[in-house]
Amino acid sequence: MVEFFGETLYVYAVVPFLKIIAAIVVVLTIIAYTTFAERKILGFLQVRMGPNRVGPWGLLQPIADVVKLLGKEDVIPNRAVVWAYVLAPCLVVGPALLILSVIPFGPPSSAGPASSWFITDVNVGLLLVVAIASIGVYGLLLGGWASNNKFSMMGGLRAAAQMISYEVPQGFSLVVPLLMAGTLSLVGIVEAQLTQGRWFIFGFFPFGLLAFFIYFVSGVAESNRNPFDLPEAESELVAGFHTEYSGMRFALFFLGEYANMIVISAVAVTLFLGGWLRPFPNLEWLSFLDLGFLPPGLAGFLWFLIKLLVFLFVYIWFRGTFPRYRFDQLMDLGWKWLIPAALLAVVATSIWKVALL
Amino acid sequence: MVEVDSSDLSRDTLFGVEEMEINFGPQHPATHGVLRLKLKVDGERIVDCYPVIGYLHRGTEKLFELHPFFQNVPHTDRLDYVAAATNNLAYVGAVEKLLGIVVPPRASYIRTLLSELQRISSHLLWLATHAIDIGAMTPFFYTFREREVVLDLFEEYCGARLTLNCMRPGGQPYDLPVGWVERCAEFVGGFPEKIDEYEGLLTENRIWKKRTVGIGILSPEMALDYAVTGPMLRGSGIGLDVRKAMPYEMYDQMDFDVPVFYNCDTYDRYLVRMEEMRQSVRIVQQCLEKLPEGPLMAKRPRVLKAPKEGDVYHAVEAPKGEIGFYIVGDGTPNPHRCRGRPPSFYNIQVLPEMVVGGRIADLIAVIGTTDVVLGAVDR
Repeated sequence: MVEFFGETLYVYAVVPFLKIIAAIVVVLTIIAYTTFAERKILGFLQVRMGPNRVGPWGLLQPIADVVKLLGKEDVIPNRAVVWAYVLAPCLVVGPALLILSVIPFGPPSSAGPASSWFITDVNVGLLLVVAIASIGVYGLLLGGWASNNKFSMMGGLRAAAQMISYEVPQGFSLVVPLLMAGTLSLVGIVEAQLTQGRWFIFGFFPFGLLAFFIYFVSGVAESNRNPFDLPEAESELVAGFHTEYSGMRFALFFLGEYANMIVISAVAVTLFLGGWLRPFPNLEWLSFLDLGFLPPGLAGFLWFLIKLLVFLFVYIWFRGTFPRYRFDQLMDLGWKWLIPAALLAVVATSIWKVALL
Repeated sequence: MVEVDSSDLSRDTLFGVEEMEINFGPQHPATHGVLRLKLKVDGERIVDCYPVIGYLHRGTEKLFELHPFFQNVPHTDRLDYVAAATNNLAYVGAVEKLLGIVVPPRASYIRTLLSELQRISSHLLWLATHAIDIGAMTPFFYTFREREVVLDLFEEYCGARLTLNCMRPGGQPYDLPVGWVERCAEFVGGFPEKIDEYEGLLTENRIWKKRTVGIGILSPEMALDYAVTGPMLRGSGIGLDVRKAMPYEMYDQMDFDVPVFYNCDTYDRYLVRMEEMRQSVRIVQQCLEKLPEGPLMAKRPRVLKAPKEGDVYHAVEAPKGEIGFYIVGDGTPNPHRCRGRPPSFYNIQVLPEMVVGGRIADLIAVIGTTDVVLGAVDR
């Protein structure tokens, strides 16, 4: 009895707890160094140096930034709605980190759930991702409204309209890999890509590709990144919804933006790019890419990480290249192009799937 | 508590909310200094726009009256502070016209050279801020890379980078330093490629075109009514350029084109300025080739005294439009009255006509395209 209790406690409480801590620490580190990489890569694109003062090659810059932000005065504007003002940054970061609980960073293990490379595998995982991701908009809306500032409010309104509009094509585009895999579990979806021998981006060509494209564009809009960074458009709305925020609360918004980028990239990798699988999992002669000499699962995690970093690089590349859309043009793009295209992808995939049966 | 008349169904705003008033500036990232706009907005749509100026007023025109002619040149630097050479040129040109001084050819060539370099540097700054306002971040750094070279050339010539104070009534204070001509030729030789680079990022970029084509329409009639000059006028299909219409210094000897575009929108004004930079390169190259030897300063009295009676207006083509000075003399070494005609002041007046009915995002694009410098507006 004691042994059984100890075993259960170990598998269902201690290990997940440690994994949660590990996931958060790893992701926060990635976030910190994404900001660093962003500044370095933008520096490279813009013929300048980027941060290079703190530590070798400026590697300690993110830490210096955090220390600075922690030491800043935390201003709450007069006549702000304090509870909403305080709650808003948490509502941005919280959901983004929550989604990490179902992302499969690496393969499951035959030795049981304790040694698998994800926190948990929920059989409605994809639904959970979509549901939690939509909470994030409340943070931006509340933050913009509670600051008692006209620019903030307009930023918040833009954020609400933009994120809700782009959730629609995003949701539709997620249906395509769902149809291909026949399961909502994220681990199940990756395993389906293994058994079908191809990443879903290549599935039902070109509809997988189309869905991937729509997902990624909507993802950029969802995370309010350039060229869709209207809610915080610096030149238009000063800083948009976080105009009034300072110190660590501002940092939380910042963190939330990057956490969202990572989560959206991670979901894209899982659903379309084979998660922890190597490229072309169907080709035997490429099996050296499985990196069999590494401990089990680590190779999968590395592949996942590489794909994730490619996505993050593309985000940064966008920022260095594109001007910003106008608000109504953004809505046009979403409703007139992405949603019909996403519907087409869903319908075509469904018909194809039924025809194959 | 505002009474809301529920019978008024013509309003399509939700909850019958009144329009919102926004103070746009003077502390705002996109107002290029201290421009303040009182905006009335209905959601994102601008219903009314009222520019408020005067935050940078320094009484420059009064200062002119307190100092002798040659001491006034530094004041002109501070008008359009990103294009000091053309300010200098307009002022010293007016003084020379008033006193009847003829500038030696070498000085005249150097002036032409400096004003075209100034045009390049001013347009580069405009492109940088315009692009970053619209959200494209990278052109900012590319243009500053080249602007730095131009400023280095200025620094080598006169010791200053921004407030040049590089001309005197009667001629030029310094000769070109050794090697300056070669360095300048090297810069202008490579510059057209750099313009291609900027254009590669922007000109055919779909988002850039979406943000600028058809935005901020300025009809030719309206442009004339408001006395708009410079690239804004030439983007509206009127090819007026002081360099061609009333040639000064060596412009009548130069072979260059005045770009004119006819769609009256922000995109065309962008194209005008891009083409102007290429033409400036041509002018600079011709100046460097033809640069004659000779004296730099005309024979003139040590103390410049204006004639008892007489007034004069002299205008030059600054990067932003026609800048002119109207000087009245009264027989003393100081001007009795000196009035500046800065292009920015006239160009900013037309702003409300261009933005009302547009979106807030359009306002940003249009402010960028007017290329306003508040130092010149407020004087």
